[in-house]
Amino acid sequence: MRYVEEFRDPELGHAMAGEILATVEPGRHYKLMEVCGGHTHSIYKYGIDDLLPANVELVHGPGCPVCVIPMGRVDDGIAIALQPRVTLTCFGDMLRVPGSRGTLLDAKAQGADVRMVYSPLDALRIARQNPDREVVFFAIGFETTAPSTALTLRRAKAEGVANFSCICNHVTILPPVRALLESPDLRLDGFIGPGHVCTVVGARPFEFIPADYGRPVVISGFEPLDILQSIHMLLRQLAEGRCEVENQYRRVVPYDGNLRALEVMADVFELRPHFEWRGMGFISHSALKLSAAYEEFDAERRFSAPGVRIADPKACQCGEVLKGVIKPWECKVFGTACTPEHAIGTCMVSPEGACAAYYNYGRLARTRQVV
Amino acid sequence: MSASERIAGGREQRVLEIIETARSKRPRFRDERITTAHGAGGKATQTLIEALLVPAFGSPALEALGDAGAVRIGGLDLALTTDSFVVKPIRFPGGSIGELAVNGTVNDLAVSGARPIALSLSLILEEGLETDVLRAEINAIAAAARSSGAEIITGDTKVVERGHADQLYICTTGIGQIDPRARLSPAALRPGDRIIVSGTIGEHGTAIMLARGSFELDAEIVSDTRPLWPAVDALLEAAGPSLRAMRDATRGGVATVLNELARASGVGIVVREADVPVHPTVAAASELLGIDPMHVANEGKLVLFVAAEAAEEALAALRAVDGCERAAQIGEVTEGPAGMVLVDTAFGGRRVMDQLVGDPLPRIC
Repeated sequence: MRYVEEFRDPELGHAMAGEILATVEPGRHYKLMEVCGGHTHSIYKYGIDDLLPANVELVHGPGCPVCVIPMGRVDDGIAIALQPRVTLTCFGDMLRVPGSRGTLLDAKAQGADVRMVYSPLDALRIARQNPDREVVFFAIGFETTAPSTALTLRRAKAEGVANFSCICNHVTILPPVRALLESPDLRLDGFIGPGHVCTVVGARPFEFIPADYGRPVVISGFEPLDILQSIHMLLRQLAEGRCEVENQYRRVVPYDGNLRALEVMADVFELRPHFEWRGMGFISHSALKLSAAYEEFDAERRFSAPGVRIADPKACQCGEVLKGVIKPWECKVFGTACTPEHAIGTCMVSPEGACAAYYNYGRLARTRQVV
Repeated sequence: MSASERIAGGREQRVLEIIETARSKRPRFRDERITTAHGAGGKATQTLIEALLVPAFGSPALEALGDAGAVRIGGLDLALTTDSFVVKPIRFPGGSIGELAVNGTVNDLAVSGARPIALSLSLILEEGLETDVLRAEINAIAAAARSSGAEIITGDTKVVERGHADQLYICTTGIGQIDPRARLSPAALRPGDRIIVSGTIGEHGTAIMLARGSFELDAEIVSDTRPLWPAVDALLEAAGPSLRAMRDATRGGVATVLNELARASGVGIVVREADVPVHPTVAAASELLGIDPMHVANEGKLVLFVAAEAAEEALAALRAVDGCERAAQIGEVTEGPAGMVLVDTAFGGRRVMDQLVGDPLPRIC
């Protein structure tokens, strides 16, 4: 695969690991947060930890779209899916996220028509093909997936597909990052910025992190060499006393983002006053709902759903994992009561979840070099 | 730079040990209902079989959890296996449900070291099924049976109301004679043994995925469905007593086979990712869909565990068999960590390779 395998070259990887080793200051401990779950997944999948010195610690951040969905929203999705004539569509990893009484997959086994789709446009196609059904798309994701939901809704409106609607759970990345920076229990030295989100919003919105909080940011791609190079760039900033937003993922991310995508989002969505994040509580202006012009497609208006806030299970420490306060294996139930087969928390479900990534790929005693 | 040393985290290590203890216990079946995950060949299927089905029957031959059960009748060692086929769509590039129904069963016999001898055939037909569709599948069954060397000697037919089945389901049972050269057991793996796959992996699952059309991807990839007895026969001839175990890597893919055998033998396994043969189209489709080809189903690929000293001979014998030209050594059996499969990634790191819980794609066979 051209343009992919070049970024997985083991020789270049080892060379970059050598440069990282040469850049770290002996005795200093570095804590770098990868904000995005896609990075967490890549780090474990390629064994990138093995190539880093022990004093460079990667802290997993809140950027896994499935992980941050609170239980009450899953319950709402299930309640709507169980209504007569409803077909509920969602991305595959959402199917196995536990609500307070089971998952969407369990609802399917009880007779609900729940279907996995790879794109919101597939959901719209199902709506067109089944005019006698109410087809609901359970939308999740950060600014990465929000534009495709927005475009789908625009198309639904233009075509007058009246039997299509959307449960909007889209969230935005900057408010939780700000919340983390405000939190007293976390000391971070820098951020690996979420490349996919930045293809839409650009790198500029991250400038407040160096400006207001004095932490460097490097926007990173998702191949193993991208991640190693971004770590090196962060370490160089720290070594040289610089603090700025750098863009490692320039082959994809324009500094000002994708203006057309932002324009479509601004038309279709508006900010919710507040939204509950799993384990992180309510965060102001951190999620999107359908704008007044699109409210006819809002499934939360079309169907009655409980809309109840459900507290996370007591044993579950997803919140601490999402905030990077603890490592997945430090959670009390990790790997014993909470496994991919029977997940208690969301972080164990999505492939981008830190717990699932660690359980599936990283569950391994490692020996690492100390500098 | 100060002198460097290697350290391992002590507390993390203890947590990992607790997890492995939990994993090595016989699973409990806790689900309230059957979901599609239980049919996908991953951990959910395994839990259903090991926790709900096997304990109910108390059969030592069943508890071995091989691809076929062994039974001795009048001094003759026989292997018996059965399989149901519900694949959707029933025709796909490279094959169809009828061909699969024969190959799936004769391959379970073959990898158990048994020459396929006879088959039964049960058909569950949906009311309204077109006769031409049925006739095409019967012809496919007949052709596949002929090329496998097994004879269909009994059968059954049922018709259910429209909507109560999806076109047709097929169940075949096969009986074979265990070859005297075979000394195979899933518990026979020893540290140092080599692991060989008989060709490029993940083609059946990928072909089905693309044939369903839900991804709107166009690619030329065909199912690898084929009988494996010729490959097994060649291996038994070349390295009979040195062969430890063989598996047909169907649902759950090569990853599931490796995990099952690592657990059954109480050994570790290390796979070299760069050495695993994968067709570029399968690699690209997997990349796009976020799936590891090691988790994707095959219908004509075996995974072989062989003593190190016989590995080269076994590989050469395999490569001489039609359809196995791209057979490759992909890794080794290690002493530990017991029950775990590790991958040395092409990039230079190391990771765990577990079974999937379910599969995003049910009804592949």
